[in-house]
Formats: sequence, C-alpha cells, structure tokens
Amino acid sequence: MIPISWYLLLSAFLFACGVTGFLTKRNVITLFMSIELMLNGVNLSFIAFATRLQTLDGHIFVFFVMVVAAAEAAVGLAIIISVYRTRETLNVDRVNLLKL
Amino acid sequence: MSAWTFLIVAVIKIAVTLGVLLTVVAYTVWLERKVVGHIQNRWGPQRVGPFGLLQPLADGIKFLLKEDLTPPYVEKHLYLLAPALALIMALTSIALVPIGPIVHLFGISTPVQITGVIDATGQSSDINVGLLIILGITSLGVYGIALAGWSSNSKYSLLGSLRASAQMMSYEVSLGLSLVGVLILSGTLSLGGIVKGQLGTWFGVIPQWYIFRWQFVAFFIYMMSAFAETNRIPFDLPEAETELVAGYHTEYSAMKFAMFFMAEYANMVTVACLASVMFLGGWSGPPMPFLPAVVQAFLPLVWFSSKIFFFLFLYIWIRGTLPRFRYDQLMAFGWKFLFPLALANVVITAFFVAWRA
Amino acid sequence: MHQFLFLLFGAFCVGGAINLLLQKKTINSALSLIVVMGSLALIYLLLGAEFVAVVQVIIYAGAIMVLYVFVIMLLNAGDEEVVKGSNVAKIFGIPGLFAGGIIGIWVLLQHRPAEKLLPIGAMYGPADKVGELLFTKYLLAFEVTSILVLIAIMGAVVLTRRSRV
Repeated sequence: MIPISWYLLLSAFLFACGVTGFLTKRNVITLFMSIELMLNGVNLSFIAFATRLQTLDGHIFVFFVMVVAAAEAAVGLAIIISVYRTRETLNVDRVNLLKL
Repeated sequence: MSAWTFLIVAVIKIAVTLGVLLTVVAYTVWLERKVVGHIQNRWGPQRVGPFGLLQPLADGIKFLLKEDLTPPYVEKHLYLLAPALALIMALTSIALVPIGPIVHLFGISTPVQITGVIDATGQSSDINVGLLIILGITSLGVYGIALAGWSSNSKYSLLGSLRASAQMMSYEVSLGLSLVGVLILSGTLSLGGIVKGQLGTWFGVIPQWYIFRWQFVAFFIYMMSAFAETNRIPFDLPEAETELVAGYHTEYSAMKFAMFFMAEYANMVTVACLASVMFLGGWSGPPMPFLPAVVQAFLPLVWFSSKIFFFLFLYIWIRGTLPRFRYDQLMAFGWKFLFPLALANVVITAFFVAWRA
Repeated sequence: MHQFLFLLFGAFCVGGAINLLLQKKTINSALSLIVVMGSLALIYLLLGAEFVAVVQVIIYAGAIMVLYVFVIMLLNAGDEEVVKGSNVAKIFGIPGLFAGGIIGIWVLLQHRPAEKLLPIGAMYGPADKVGELLFTKYLLAFEVTSILVLIAIMGAVVLTRRSRV
C-alpha cells in the first residue's frame, strides 16, 4: 500500500531531471533523450492518477504519448542526421545559422 | 498449494527448463554441423564419441579453457555487458512458453510452463499478456548485438552491429504484424490461451491449428521474419564471414564468444517455440486413442519437441541451401514485400472474423 | 512487499535519471535512459497497468531507444564538449531554484487532500479493455494519431535522403 504522492514525487523528479538535462546538456541527441525522460515522468503520473480515479483513460493517454514520442524520435533523429552531414557537429550551440 | 510448495515447484521447473534448453542449444550446434556436413557430402563431426555425439562437450571445455582476451581500446564496461545481455534476453523468453498441459506428479498438479499456475477453477492459466512480453524481451536482445559492435571499437564489428540493428528493427514490424492475424482469431494474448484455442479437431483427425485456419500466409511471413531476427542464413548479414570477418562478435573470444553463440541458438529455439505455439497448436496434436495411457501422458511433450525439431531442422536445411541476400535486397524484401503482405493478412482476417460474427 | 518493490524500482529510476545527466558519453546516457524506462515499466506493473507496461518495453525500450542507439553508433561523434555555465546563472539561478521549489512545495502542502493508499494492481488494465476504449471513445484521436505517424514516416524518409538537396 503506497500513497499516491510517492508516485507523483518520482514522476516530478524524473521530469525535473529531464528539464535539467535539457537546459544544461549541449549534445543534441542528449537533449532529445531529456525530452523522452520528461515524457516518461508525465506518463507515470498519468498511470498513477488512472489507478487513483479507477478509470482507464489515463492508460489511453500514455499510449498516445508513446506514439507521439515515436514520431518525434523518428523525425528528430532524421533531422539530426542531416544536420550532422552538413555541419559535422552535434553541439547545439554551433548550429546557430539558418543558412550554411 | 502452500507458498513453499509453490516456490519449490517453480524453482524445479526453472532448473529443468533451463537445463533442457541449454542441452538443446548444445546439440543443435552438433545437429547443424552434422546435417550441413551431409548436405555438402561430408561426414561432419565423428571423432569425439559415437557419431561425434560428445562434440558439444569438447567444444564447451575448449571455450572454457581458451585465453579470455580483452583487446585494447575497447569500451571495457559495455564490452563485458554486451554478451551477458544477449544471453540473458535469449534465455529469459523461454519462461513464458507453454511446453505442455497440466501434469500430476507426487500429488502436485502444475502446468509445464514456468509462468503457468493452476487457478481457482482447476484450469491452467498464465500471464495474460505473455505474447507481448516475449516480443518485448526479444526486442531488448538487439542491445546485446548493438553494444557488442560499438564497444569493440573495430570497423567490422561496427558495420555488423549497424546492419544487425537496422535489420532487426525492420523485421520486427513484419514479425509482430504476422502474429496479429492469429490474435484476432484467438482473442487472447496469453500463450496458454492461444494453445487452448487450437485443441479441437475436424473429423477427429485434422487438428484445428491456426495454420489450417487460413493463417498460412502469416506463417510464411513469420518464418521469414524469424530468420532475419535470429540473423540466420539467408539473412546473416550482421555476421557475414565473407564480408565482415565475423560481424559484431569479431573481437570476442573464449567464453564471451560462446555466450553470443549460445544466445543465437537459444533465440532460434525460442522463435521455434513461438511458431509452434502460435501456428501449429503448441503441445496439441491429432488424438491417438489407440496408444496405451502411459504413452498418452507423454504425447504433448512428444508433439511439442517434434515441432521444435522440425523448425530447427528447417533452419539448418535452409542454411545448407540458400545463399546470402544482398543488403538492399534484404531491406526491400522486408519493407516492400513482407510488410504489405502482413498488413493485407491482418485486414483480410479481420474482415473474415467480422463477416462470420 | 509493495513498498519494497516500489522503492527498489524507484531507486533504479532515480539512479538512471541522475546517471543520464552525469555521463559525458552519449551512449551511456542512452543506456541509463533504457534503465529508467525498464524500471518504469515494472512500476506500471505494480499499478496494475499491464498493457501499458508491456507497450512501454516494446515501444520505448525496444524501438525508440534502439533508434537512438543506432543513430549514436552511426554518427559516432565522440564525447560531449563541456561548456562552462554563465556566472549569472550560478549566482542567481541555483538559490532561485531552491527558493521557488520551497515555495512550490509549501503551497502544495497547504492544499493537500486526504491521501488514499494504492494497493498492488489496484486497477486492472488488461489489453482488451484498453483496446475497447481506444476504438470507441477515443477513435477520432486514434485515427488522427495514425495520420501523424504516417506524416512522421514520410518526413523521416524525405529528410534523410541524400540525393537532390
């Protein structure tokens, strides 16, 4: 028997780690992974609330979040590959020109 | 059943299943060398023991005694983690496979399946998302291969593991979709439930396996994808010895190499188990009422193991017959042929079920 | 038992998340993210969301993260460059973060409702119930998502094509 606040604390911690990584890291792939971490934190609170409220809608939302994350990963990584081909770097600070 | 009995029964089941699996893995290597030898008009291993039957033992001792070399400039932690990951993922998935029906031994009844239990009504039941768990575990097995290639810091390994990850990601889609047709017919994700859905017969002879219920196209797609998932010929590009030395395990020696080897063969066994459960009725078979009762009790295990043997033999047979695909052919075959075919199979099966209902 | 399992997997989650931040090599960050996702799947199982737990392993750990690892291996771009943060951020940012956090927690504690304990598997989330809901109540959202995925596939193919730029 666990109070729901434990789950929410863990969820908030994961989200905070994601935000920290997004703000402090400079490698664009790590930035993407930080976004995934944030999404995972949110998913946990969806599932915890679904259990608390005894309804399955939270599970559906998690499902949609996963689909959107998959689409984001596919397009984002494709962009990263084409950026790396032209700039030869993954550091976001060096990718600051709209035109080469 | 008390908690202690349950625990002891579970441990015994795990030990026996693992022991049998590892023996099967060792003797599949022997079978492969023997059968490929005969296909190529050779004898295969025959020096160690009668018909070379002790060859796996000799190989095992050799692997244990060889020098365990770690090349310089590898990523040490990932280099050590990769073979363990591959082997663990390959051995774990057997836990979910229903090997036989309920057995009664020493006053205890339990289904022959590690994750199977007897429920309140006296029926056997197992995890109700068992199939998805197997798919999840096998999809995690990619990491072993990917990390092996990356951490070895060698171009052949890296090329091999890049090929392996792309190939396994692509064929996983067709593999999953080919199973959906069976799932629509069976209406359950539990492997035990899927086997129970195929227990009946037509005219008392022909078993109601899903392959006979118009899922043979799905079976074909499954087998093709399974060959690609386990990196076997004709899809063995990740370890193509004529191009990449040995692919992702080029830099591995002794026991670490043996772990990759065992993982590959254990994966073959798991894939064969899944194929026989999903399409060929698992441990069910045509009824044989004329046999004595003692033999009847062993019949499910005989059916199951003969199906596994059939698939393993098919693997070896195809290895001895077909050449390797080219890489672009492999990708085109997966995405342009198997994937649309699997989608069409799902749609047609769904329409069929809806029309019948 | 439930608390022990939650604490165990929660510790794995926390450790993985912190490791993701500390690692210099991208592939190590990716691996720690996989650990986080795996332990989250087990926590979902504790909450009884079995379908979501398995889908988490298949889609997140088995597909999305494989894609990340694949791209990391393909680009093989070396370690991350260490950048020095600005001094303004160090002087004002960190105390500000603490102050904001403390105020936020204090406000939340003021409005805390009575807690309800969640037993193991309190909510049963089998695949068929989730699927039923997906194809009835959320059908429109489901179809829109499928179009989104289709656009993502086309985008990925167009973006990575090398010829004719």
